[in-house]
Amino acid sequence: MGELRLMKGNEAVAEAAIRAGVDAYFGYPITPQSEVLEYLMLQKPEERTGMVVLQAESEIAAINMVYGAAGTGKKVMTSSSSPGISLKMEGISYIAGAELPCLILNVVRGGPGLGTIQPSQADYFQATKGGGHGDYRLVVLAPASVQEMADFVDKGMELAFKYRNPVMILSDGLIGQMMEKVELPDQKERVKEFDQSWVITGKTKDRERNIITSLNLDPDKQYQHNMRLKEKYDSMSDDVMYETFDCEDAEFLLVAYGSSSRICQKAVDEARSRGKKLGLLRPITLFPFPDAIISKLARQVKGILSVELNTGQMVEDVMLAVNGRVPVYHYGTPGGKIFSPDDVLKAIDEKLMGGY
Amino acid sequence: MDIKEIIKPENLVHQRTSLMTDATLSYCPGCGHGTVHHLVMEVVEEMEIQEQTIGIAPVGCSVLAYDFMDIDMSQAAHGRAPAVATGIKRLWPDKFVFTYQGDGDLAAIGTAETIHACNRGEDITIIFINNGIYGMTGGQMAPTTLEGMKSSTSPYGRDLQSMGHPLKITELVAQLPGTNFVTRQAVHKPGNVRKTKKAIRKAFEVQREKKGMSFIEIVSNCNSGWKMSPNESNVWMEEHMFPSYPLGDMKVDGKIVKDLMKDLV
Amino acid sequence: MGKMRGAIVVDNERCKGCEVCMVNCPADTIAMASEVNGKGYHYAYMEKPETCTGCANCSIVCPDGVITVYRVKA
Repeated sequence: MGELRLMKGNEAVAEAAIRAGVDAYFGYPITPQSEVLEYLMLQKPEERTGMVVLQAESEIAAINMVYGAAGTGKKVMTSSSSPGISLKMEGISYIAGAELPCLILNVVRGGPGLGTIQPSQADYFQATKGGGHGDYRLVVLAPASVQEMADFVDKGMELAFKYRNPVMILSDGLIGQMMEKVELPDQKERVKEFDQSWVITGKTKDRERNIITSLNLDPDKQYQHNMRLKEKYDSMSDDVMYETFDCEDAEFLLVAYGSSSRICQKAVDEARSRGKKLGLLRPITLFPFPDAIISKLARQVKGILSVELNTGQMVEDVMLAVNGRVPVYHYGTPGGKIFSPDDVLKAIDEKLMGGY
Repeated sequence: MDIKEIIKPENLVHQRTSLMTDATLSYCPGCGHGTVHHLVMEVVEEMEIQEQTIGIAPVGCSVLAYDFMDIDMSQAAHGRAPAVATGIKRLWPDKFVFTYQGDGDLAAIGTAETIHACNRGEDITIIFINNGIYGMTGGQMAPTTLEGMKSSTSPYGRDLQSMGHPLKITELVAQLPGTNFVTRQAVHKPGNVRKTKKAIRKAFEVQREKKGMSFIEIVSNCNSGWKMSPNESNVWMEEHMFPSYPLGDMKVDGKIVKDLMKDLV
Repeated sequence: MGKMRGAIVVDNERCKGCEVCMVNCPADTIAMASEVNGKGYHYAYMEKPETCTGCANCSIVCPDGVITVYRVKA
């Protein structure tokens, strides 16, 4: 068993980053995720592993430092919260276009605009549909615990390098700020070998020069590039991750991710104790979306409720997966207000089971 | 003496550096960009640092710089080259990293990245081509467009009252403690080309010694944007650009060597 | 010190005929050809080859790097 600690989600990400052998973190303060940068600075990672940590002048500069550093083949990450992620979107689009690996943590808060600093899941669309300009996708991981905040750093890096694509950990202010027991991974070595087929570390005599760019002035080349990217995004379904609770005999299904899924778990327990056959599907990857299992469960259940801390975003993907087989509803609270298990049970009665 | 007697390998005086690729430069005839490209690659060749050099191409006319220089390069989003260079240099502190940027990229949309990379004293070299106009998008007003100068978005001339003043960003960054070497040069005449090459060499030496930011502004022409012939544009540049953007070193070895306030006003 | 004799070789097809070499030639050696190259540019050539001193001014100001310079002691 690894080292156990009681930590905030944001701190767990930072500690896990050092232990995962991440080479650099570039960030900018924003609530509710500033602990990531603060914790890293406090830890003197340059002494622990040689990791570079830099507070940039802006979110925009931070993501472009990530872009530059990622081009050298090293493990690079940044973190922010909703308004800051919006600022980073241009850079994220460039990173996706240039096919560079990196990890981005979004500790989501309520929006739009400056919104609130309370937890929210209102950035689902932004995270899963690309977010910036152009035809691209991020791998999106949705942690539901402090443990997963820590675990998804290494997992995210692995996927980022597997697909040479930005990976986003889509958390929220609740998981970022709350403290839980976390089992920390062992210290990994920083990588010393780099894939010379694409990295910019200086052109050596034994290879052609490498260029990091997302520019294709020739439309045929851009077309080929887009089609190849699409193939890559399609292939990501190999890495779809989800969890099911009480789905074997479920007649009604909740779909919820991240902090919502924890509240829903409690609601499922409560419903079961009242004899209601309720199940829960928790997508762990939001892209790739676990549509195959939802499609399968749609043949079994009478109705599905997508429970989210927003006014209805993931519900659209659930509907696409269900493809009209059974009714799909949304329940959620936006703006940083968190529903209780009782609120969810009430919504289940009113929306989901009302007609049965 | 017959010409054939002169044109022999042993009599070679000057030729295109082998670190430029065979691609034809995408620049307009007479544009200073090409001259600066050759100089940067000549310095890299002479210092024998091709294997350690990484360049950053901006958004602007020189977006395709990576097609012409035979080194590893990264293209950057508009204005973000100093941040991209920072990311690379922090992870590979022994490499030579330079950005190549125009005035719109460096002094308008990328002002924050420029100022902060200079202020942090990043050990990179910024090569800043100032031709007072947005060339690639078709000759719009730039932050460095002169008072009264016409462009497609200041068709009656730049009006200071409504459009603001030309930004002398090089005088600004020279005052930041993070900059070690700051100079303003040109490449329209052989003497200027030689001085610019020396400045680029010095900038890379500053980088080797990790003394902080080296920043070279090159006042250049945009004959297409200015709607002149190349040689007319160079004469116009001397008469109009140089009084506002006077050539010479501003900061050497971390010491300001010029009355910057005089040039700022 | 003897007089220097020089000569230039212009890559005609890459020359864009900008004339920057011409005005920077101190010996008045260079002119632009009346013919055009494949791109339609009047390329540079040695109109008065006997005057060239091989100073390389033309080559170092050439934005396209199309001029190679040779020099010998006459």
